[in-house]
Amino acid sequence: MALKTGASFLRLNRLNQVFRLLSTSSRPEIIQNGGNNADFPGAKAPYVTEMKFVDENSYDPIPIYRVLDNDGQVIDNREEPAIDKETLLNMYKTMVQLNQMDKIMYESQRQGRISFFMTNYGEEGIQVGSAAALSPKDLIFAQYREVGVLLYRGMTVTELINQCYGNHEDPGKGRHMPVHYGSKQRNIVTLSSPLATQMPQAVGAAYAYKRLPNNDRCVICYFGEGAASEGDAHAAFNFAATLECPVIMFCRNNGYAISTPTNEQYRGDGIAGRGPAMGLHTVRVDGTDALAVYRAVQRARAIALDNKPVLIEAMSYRVGHHSTSDDSTAYRPLEEIQKWTQAENPIQKLRLYLENKGLWDAEAEKTYVKEARDMVVRTMQDAEKKKKPHWKEMLEDVYYDMPPHLQKQMQQMEKHLEKYQEHYPMDQFQKE
Amino acid sequence: MTTLTKKVLNLSRLLKNVDNHTKRLSSHFNYYPDIEKSIEGETSKMNMMQAINNAMDITLKNDPSAMLFGEDVGFGGVFRCSLGLQEKYGKDRVFNTPLCEQGIAGFGIGLATAGATAIAEIQFADYIFPAFDQLVNEAAKYRYRSGGQFDCGGLTVRAPCGAVGHGGLYHSQSPEAYFAHAAGLKVVVPRGPNAAKGLLLACLQERDPCIFLEPKILYRSAAEDVPVDSFTLPIGKAQVLKEGDAATLIGWGTQVHVLLEVAQMAQEQLGANCEVIDLMSILPWDQDTVFNSVKKTGRCLIAHEAPLTCGFGAELAASIQEECFLQLEAPVRRAAGWDAPFPHVFEPLYLPSRARCLDDLTQLLRY
Repeated sequence: MALKTGASFLRLNRLNQVFRLLSTSSRPEIIQNGGNNADFPGAKAPYVTEMKFVDENSYDPIPIYRVLDNDGQVIDNREEPAIDKETLLNMYKTMVQLNQMDKIMYESQRQGRISFFMTNYGEEGIQVGSAAALSPKDLIFAQYREVGVLLYRGMTVTELINQCYGNHEDPGKGRHMPVHYGSKQRNIVTLSSPLATQMPQAVGAAYAYKRLPNNDRCVICYFGEGAASEGDAHAAFNFAATLECPVIMFCRNNGYAISTPTNEQYRGDGIAGRGPAMGLHTVRVDGTDALAVYRAVQRARAIALDNKPVLIEAMSYRVGHHSTSDDSTAYRPLEEIQKWTQAENPIQKLRLYLENKGLWDAEAEKTYVKEARDMVVRTMQDAEKKKKPHWKEMLEDVYYDMPPHLQKQMQQMEKHLEKYQEHYPMDQFQKE
Repeated sequence: MTTLTKKVLNLSRLLKNVDNHTKRLSSHFNYYPDIEKSIEGETSKMNMMQAINNAMDITLKNDPSAMLFGEDVGFGGVFRCSLGLQEKYGKDRVFNTPLCEQGIAGFGIGLATAGATAIAEIQFADYIFPAFDQLVNEAAKYRYRSGGQFDCGGLTVRAPCGAVGHGGLYHSQSPEAYFAHAAGLKVVVPRGPNAAKGLLLACLQERDPCIFLEPKILYRSAAEDVPVDSFTLPIGKAQVLKEGDAATLIGWGTQVHVLLEVAQMAQEQLGANCEVIDLMSILPWDQDTVFNSVKKTGRCLIAHEAPLTCGFGAELAASIQEECFLQLEAPVRRAAGWDAPFPHVFEPLYLPSRARCLDDLTQLLRY
């Protein structure tokens, strides 16, 4: 964390003591027995005779790292990540695929085909940039707006749409609300609706990895700036630091928690501001710049694998409504959204970068958008035709083995259905 | 955004070609509106969301210490229950909190401890569990542990609960029994607009902390004629909604409407005239009304959406067996959610539906 006007402080030696008091980047030397430095178990810091309170204005805000400008040009050539052509195209195509899926599935909810949906508009760069920098072996704990991460990791549109329909091919067996995906095979822990609960869990998983011989896996945990207000977020940061876990705590700061803007969510220097204070290696990054996110996660992964936990705060804007249950025009002006759909659009930025490099053009765009859209529509048609799982799945997986009381309840329902079948939409479910 | 809208419109045309074979689940109950007036005087058509809004409006108007807060409460709340109240009473009395349920509950206890009336909203009852410590260990025990010196009776925690047709695991739960287990809390569940207004106003004036669980499917399901003036319905008092002699059917919240329909079906199909009781207060619960009814009918069916095991029906059944043993013609029956988490696509088979309650009632009558 940079001191406010830190450079001029450095030149003034007589203010050195103040510098030491405020700085978190340089620790004072400890002088034992009668020196000027205190040696309390809970704090080792210099004694001063001038009382000074520090506040949120005592520090410069943590800067926002970016690689690309709004025209998709690399600002500093040394920062351009070395990503091969195939990977770059895969990243971009995942963003387009995600965007098409969001549009069609959102609309399908409006038509009553599925009960609920959430879009990822404005955060595609965060998702794809971070996913591309990870190893497929790294474990993912996500919140609910990270579908680009899942697609990049290899979850198919078919799997995702089957989940939204809760049909018998949904890996979650129709039990969870739409958009609550998960895939054991791809190291994506199934999402939960309660916020921030995944955060200390991610830290625990990271600690378990750390203890494995020659560990080469880290854990990444995605969460929103709203979720960071939960007690679990504090627990996660503190556990990650004190137990030195190979974990990347990745905050998607998109400006809103449903209707609540960041200035009613927190004070101080955002979520990143908490990182150094809690002993986490911290960086803030432009979330609309997929390459900046890629670089940040690539570096974070190396640090985390050294058992030094990392906090990344990626700044973006939630362009869509919170979910299909929300109308965000009730709490934010349309003009505010405009900026983020145009100049600061993460898909556009990466597309311009690819075009500048000669890897993409309008023709390729047209072809791929159509392909992506057709795929979603086709998949949806298929998903709609598939039956829901057999009703007995309702009572499976509660425990590893079904205990007697639940077996009894299943028999009770079976008997009930023999007599009262016509009261239930049994034709929607698979038969025995 | 306009281009986005256009694209979405194009898409909707595209999607019309997709087979439209998915039908929305129809509601699992029919609403039975209140007919009797709670008090004399002017009434207005209100749905439950409006009745709750109205009760909070009255409280904010009459009680200058009252405050309303929670996640997204400022713009009206995700269910619109606080709509217009921030404009009316100011940002210092009706406000958003950071996203933290334990914070909301603890902050509310603090407000109440300092003498204010605290109306805390938890966005969904499914999300109340981070606040469990504050509610169970703090709010419930405040008066007791201080020897009566301190209390947080000014706190009411509102939370939308219950099945809604498509809520899945985390937007459907009914956690009343957890809180009924914590001595010191009062737990209330309304069945519609009239009950919601009268009971919420009672909670807000109550000397003990209250958990007010609002079955969210009822917010907009029907309107009733609700008195415009302030009125309270007593906490701890059940209502007999239909008199009968064949069996006593006990429920609360949405399930009351299921039972009213089941009573009608029993009349038509079995010729049995059943008594229907809305418990209204889970804790304290109205033992007199329940025992008197069961002693009269000799048979009792309890139904709730929450899972069977340790649901509040278990407490009722045990107490009824203790008090009404000699008058009982059959063991007390319970129809409840199964002992599984609340499932998304299986909701119609998970809930204690009309059919399941009728099936249970039939067996109860033939015992």
